[in-house]
Amino acid sequence: MAPPKRATLLLEDGRVFRGKGHGFEGEAVGEVVFNTSMTGYQEILTDPSYAGQIVTMTYPMIGNTGINREDIESRRPFVEAFIVRRMSPIASNWRTTETLEAYLIANRIPVISDIDTRALVRHIRLQGSMRGIVSLIDHDEASLMKKVKSAPHMVGLDLASKVTIEKSYPSSKEGLTFVEFSSLDGVQPTDRHIVAYDFGIKTNILRDLVHLGGRVTVVPSKTPAEEVLNLKPDGIFLSNGPGDPEAVDYAIRNVRQLLGKKPIFGICLGHQIMGLAFGGKTFKLKFGHHGGNQPVLNKDLDKVEITAQNHGFAVDPSSLPEEIRITHINLNDQTVEGMEHRSLPAYCVQYHPEASPGPHDSYYLFEKFFKLMKDNA
Amino acid sequence: MPKRTDISKILIIGSGPIVIGQACEFDYSGTQACKALREEGYQIVLVNSNPATIMTDPGLADRTYIEPLTKDFVEAIIKRERPDALLPTVGGQTALNIAVELAEAGVLDTYGVEMIGAKATAVKMAEDRLLFKRAMKEIGLETPKSEVVGDMQTARRAIESIGFPAVIRPSFTLGGTGGGIAYNNEEYEEIVQRGLDLSPVHEVLIEESVLGWKEYELEVMRDVKDNVVIICSIENFDPMGVHTGDSVTVAPAQTLTDREYQRMRDASVQVIRQIGVETGGSNIQFAVNPKDGRLVVIEMNPRVSRSSALASKATGFPIAKIAAKLAVGYTLNEIPNDITKKTPASFEPTLDYVVVKIPKWAFEKFPESDSTLGTQMKSVGEVMAIGRTFKEAFFKGLRSLETGRVVGSDILDKSAIRQKLITPNPDRVAYLLQALVDGYTVEDLVELTHIDPWFLTELNEVAAMTRELAEHTLESLPPDLLREAKRAGFSDARVARLVKARPADVAGKRGDNGIFPVYKRVDTCSAEFESYTPYLYSTYEEEDESAPTSNKKIIILGSGPNRIGQGIEFDYCCCHAAFALKEEGFETIMVNCNPETVSTDYDTSDRLYFEPLTLEDVLHIVKKEKPTGVVVQFGGQTPLNLALELQRSGVPIVGTSPESIDLAEDRKRFGELLRRLNIPQPNNGTAVTVEEARAVARQIDYPVLVRPSYVLGGRAMVIVYDETTLDNYMRAAVQVSRERPVLIDKFLEDAYEVDVDALCDGEQVVIGGIMEHIEEAGIHSGDSSCVLPTYQLSEELRGIIRGYTVKLGQALNVVGLMNVQYAIHDGTVYVLEVNPRASRTVPFVSKATGVPLAKIAARLMIGRKLKDFDLPAELKVSQYCVKSPVFPFSRFPGVDTILGPEMKSTGEVMGTDDSFGKAYVKAQISAGSVLPKSGVAFISVNQHDKKFISKIASDLVSMGFNIIATRGTAQVLRNAGVPVETVYKVNEGRPHISDYVKSGKVDLLINTPLGKESFFDERAIRRAAIHYRIPCITTIPGAIAAVAGIRALQRESLGVRSLQEYHQSK
Ligand SMILES: Nc1ncnc2c1ncn2[C@@H]1O[C@H](COP(=O)(O)OP(=O)(O)O)[C@@H](O)[C@H]1O
Ligand SMILES: Nc1ncnc2c1ncn2[C@@H]1O[C@H](COP(=O)(O)OP(=O)(O)O)[C@@H](O)[C@H]1O
Ligand SMILES: [Mg+2]
Ligand SMILES: [Mg+2]
Repeated sequence: MAPPKRATLLLEDGRVFRGKGHGFEGEAVGEVVFNTSMTGYQEILTDPSYAGQIVTMTYPMIGNTGINREDIESRRPFVEAFIVRRMSPIASNWRTTETLEAYLIANRIPVISDIDTRALVRHIRLQGSMRGIVSLIDHDEASLMKKVKSAPHMVGLDLASKVTIEKSYPSSKEGLTFVEFSSLDGVQPTDRHIVAYDFGIKTNILRDLVHLGGRVTVVPSKTPAEEVLNLKPDGIFLSNGPGDPEAVDYAIRNVRQLLGKKPIFGICLGHQIMGLAFGGKTFKLKFGHHGGNQPVLNKDLDKVEITAQNHGFAVDPSSLPEEIRITHINLNDQTVEGMEHRSLPAYCVQYHPEASPGPHDSYYLFEKFFKLMKDNA
Repeated sequence: MPKRTDISKILIIGSGPIVIGQACEFDYSGTQACKALREEGYQIVLVNSNPATIMTDPGLADRTYIEPLTKDFVEAIIKRERPDALLPTVGGQTALNIAVELAEAGVLDTYGVEMIGAKATAVKMAEDRLLFKRAMKEIGLETPKSEVVGDMQTARRAIESIGFPAVIRPSFTLGGTGGGIAYNNEEYEEIVQRGLDLSPVHEVLIEESVLGWKEYELEVMRDVKDNVVIICSIENFDPMGVHTGDSVTVAPAQTLTDREYQRMRDASVQVIRQIGVETGGSNIQFAVNPKDGRLVVIEMNPRVSRSSALASKATGFPIAKIAAKLAVGYTLNEIPNDITKKTPASFEPTLDYVVVKIPKWAFEKFPESDSTLGTQMKSVGEVMAIGRTFKEAFFKGLRSLETGRVVGSDILDKSAIRQKLITPNPDRVAYLLQALVDGYTVEDLVELTHIDPWFLTELNEVAAMTRELAEHTLESLPPDLLREAKRAGFSDARVARLVKARPADVAGKRGDNGIFPVYKRVDTCSAEFESYTPYLYSTYEEEDESAPTSNKKIIILGSGPNRIGQGIEFDYCCCHAAFALKEEGFETIMVNCNPETVSTDYDTSDRLYFEPLTLEDVLHIVKKEKPTGVVVQFGGQTPLNLALELQRSGVPIVGTSPESIDLAEDRKRFGELLRRLNIPQPNNGTAVTVEEARAVARQIDYPVLVRPSYVLGGRAMVIVYDETTLDNYMRAAVQVSRERPVLIDKFLEDAYEVDVDALCDGEQVVIGGIMEHIEEAGIHSGDSSCVLPTYQLSEELRGIIRGYTVKLGQALNVVGLMNVQYAIHDGTVYVLEVNPRASRTVPFVSKATGVPLAKIAARLMIGRKLKDFDLPAELKVSQYCVKSPVFPFSRFPGVDTILGPEMKSTGEVMGTDDSFGKAYVKAQISAGSVLPKSGVAFISVNQHDKKFISKIASDLVSMGFNIIATRGTAQVLRNAGVPVETVYKVNEGRPHISDYVKSGKVDLLINTPLGKESFFDERAIRRAAIHYRIPCITTIPGAIAAVAGIRALQRESLGVRSLQEYHQSK
């Protein structure tokens, strides 16, 4: 066995963790967050919402099932760096095509392992998310600190425009080469046309929309409202994505123009953008919600959904105007998880009904979108 | 939805005695349910026949019935108590079966009792394998191909389409009793026949084999609003084909992608809805084809289970407690998460550690049995370990097992390695580790075992580390490697073996290099929220979260995994110690590694360390907590064995001093003490060689009782009648040495045995109970029935026993509990042994007398005096209480049921009534042996017992029984004027006695062992009795008691009465 590589994690408040290095032999800065999902590291790595972030997996055994062709959420991994307690040396699963290590090397993601990840998580919980650096090449604290300080703050950062696609594309098998659509064989296409704003869209959202028979055109984050309407959509979808919602002012403006014209459904960043477009405010959570076990109360049904979540900002309920109804709340901290316009066909959720990774309890929200499109056709 | 107000009184049914497949986990679930529902203001009526449980403590329910768990008795309780509802889901299969019976018999309707949690229809759909498969098909889930058959002929036809290997599973038996895997026609016929016989509905399922597939379990909860959450996923290390109860299991699942896990989660949600379990927890088992991911559903348990206890301990989410609250109408989001306080129970726990469960077997107790592991559970206990990695948890688990050997030091038969890997058996893990150290590759092992390569790769890293460590001496061992080894779960003892040093030196080196464990919290949420409950495990990491307080505090060491000889009774005592010391104002800290127990509920003590009970692990906790004292008296032999070394390391032991403990255990010094006190002891000596043994035996005269030093539960104890047998024993006895000689005692024949539990504060002694054994001395105290108060002992003898007990307590300076075993032979009282600790009978005596002995003992240990408690010199019992053992014979085909000095029972029951006969009958019913009121009794006894048999037989005749007997016994009876019919022995002609038994013509068997010659014949009869569930009595005193019982049965019907009423009437 080759001697393990060293790696250092330095946080902006000076806390240092020293462990083993994996993946790309380089370094990366970003906001350090933690995710509590026990499965689904591949989906997390490839979720564009993690752009600008260094993700710590709280579950200690990572890489066990390697990487496969299907469970990929976008064209490449977006996390800046990855923090795990243990990297599995092998990949054991019938769908595996390569090990996690090989994948991260190929995609230039540095990894630190074998540190006390629970101590790190507790630190973030108490101190809040903060910037940090993972390096396999520099272990000098002063030098690392300089690099951390030069990294941008999450607040005020528009990352959606960095991860969005450059040109519109139709979501067919041909158009999305990185997407595995095999599970969609046999789906009956309808003539519903959905235009999806890509702020960092997860592939499973597209799968779910196509699965229900939708024809989807994915458009770049800055596509003007008129252009979208020119595509003659039956519904407009606002995707998840990274960064501060207030910074995507162009999207907020576009949504304001689209509101009431066509049914709109937003997820995560899309939900926050809708909140802002409705006239509300957003704020940054101390350490965000990142995991697959968050209980959300559906107030209409008085039922609990277990949801996948990944967000650092939230909509302030007191800032919302009268015509907006809060439909879902988080049972852990009572934050807003879903909203609906009382009179216009527009609703959104803060969490991820497309799961991937996470439970499938909230799939009905996609069905609701199709119903809304039908009712407003 | 708030809780229901239309019900106020709830009946909870427990699971009865500890048997293989149903152990402490149901005390844990029952206790939680009682507590949770009382907290909500409901009145609780509890019925359970097992006195050793916490749930049957009179304080936990409003009415506690220690009565047989049969439909009739429970009906009588319902009639008397008129509960509004019945919660059947926390008492295992036993409770479910009774509830369904009551429902089907219309009893619940008659008395207007509503089944809450799960309705009878749901239970039936889940339990009836055919209905279940049909239900799965309806929701599009696959199950293995199968057919239900009710006779041999259909079975033969079924196998043609299903093919070999085939899994055979009897309907409605617990833990797969009677099932198996058949690879050929011969095995098929045998297993199908056995299954048909054992199934109460005479049905077996023939099923397509999915051997070698990955096996998973999900723990699911649902509330009345149809909110469903998954509490935990569990992956079996041993693939399909080894019962989950016999598998090493790991939580959470390790080798599933999210896509596959979510598919299983979706399936679980569908299953619980389809089956219609309204509220509470269920366990759903799946198999996954490792080659293509095909998912099949194996079964569902519509109740809390062994796995749900494990899942509760593994996650910190108390499934049974929440299930109870859901059953009365709460929804998950209305119940707070105990650990985080601020978040609700409607979430799915997420772990940031790995949990490994490892079973413990007792095959050494049943040498004739087949130790191959299959679809039928055979283990008697389990340990759980928590680590930050799989390796760490796995090896912590192995050392929690208390095998008496350091991991990796097993003596293995290298020539058998392949076979031991291919055929699952209790030593497979040891062989796996050895194979890896020897250079087998992971691929080789995957092929032989079908264990997932991920697990094997992890273990392979440990094998590599083992080789690396072995290249070093303690001096040359690099601290980094030592640290890595500790992080991988190596114990100091194991490192010490490899670097050829003493464990203490390894610990020393760790200390020099600052390598110590830290403690992390189990918090249900991976640190996302603050944890308010100190439920801790050790690991080698950076940050410690134990946050010990500076309160005055006591550590209580638990009893580790259940095993024959050390089980739930000790857990009961540990819990009581925790309760009492808390009341005394101490912070209580529990250390234990058994996930089934109440002691490892984070609610039981102030702090819980889920850790192995080895010297190393305990010392680390002591170092961290700095307790006022450590209690070693309540956890059975496990903590007692650590006492001296703990004391040497400066740990403050409270209660009886380790020196006194040692004095009582050391044969020589104890013998001297008895001589000084003038208390008789059977003649004895020790021997290392055959010659010495002969000399000792000749001097003290045959028969003698021989045994190795330092054994538990009568291990390898044999009664020897002649020199040849003695020679054989000595030659076969392994590991005899000057330090560990063979112990030889005069065997007292036809002696009464008496057990005494007493409290002592160093000066004064209070007798808790003098229990008279039904069976004679020579049958292990744990295996004989006993009665309180004594029913035949003269007052004079009782006086002598009291006197000796007082003298012994004072001489040994006992502070706390003590147990003395006496044998009375020819009017002389001999001391067999003194155990200066809580004994197996403490809960029984406490239930009988209404005085919580263990609690008082705990208070004595922290300095209180007996005079503070206002107790009489001997506690009173207002009624007869009989304790009877329960045996696992039906699990071990071919094993003889004869009792001896080696303990074989797994559990016990209690029967209580106002006469000895009635109490005995109840205990027998609870133990599964229903004495007949009339019919045919078969008698066949040995030469020695013939002199006692005529009286027994004539009593039976006078009560209307017909007697049949084998030739010799018949002769004796005829001579005594007892009418009797002679039957053939098996080798004498037909119809012989086995034919009689099999054709249902015998209602009672009395058969004392005849000795070697006719051995096979006899054993066959006794096995047949087990098989056909006919009471089979193998001792004369047992037969006498049975006669008393039958007489009571004939005279009056049996009633029911609660403990609270008994105790009040005193
Ligand atoms: N079709 C099968 N092929 C191979 N092994 C099986 C099959 N069905 C069950 N088993 C094994 O038998 C064990 C017991 O079966 P299960 O249905 O869970 O019964 P029980 O009620 O005893 O738990 C399982 O844990 C599994 O390892
Ligand atoms: N000298 C003896 N004569 C007759 N029976 C004995 C004698 N010594 C022990 N026994 C029997 O053997 C059983 C087990 O012996 P004991 O010393 O109590 O061992 P353990 O420590 O396993 O409880 C006793 O319960 C008793 O029935
Ligand atoms: Mg099972
Ligand atoms: Mg004993």
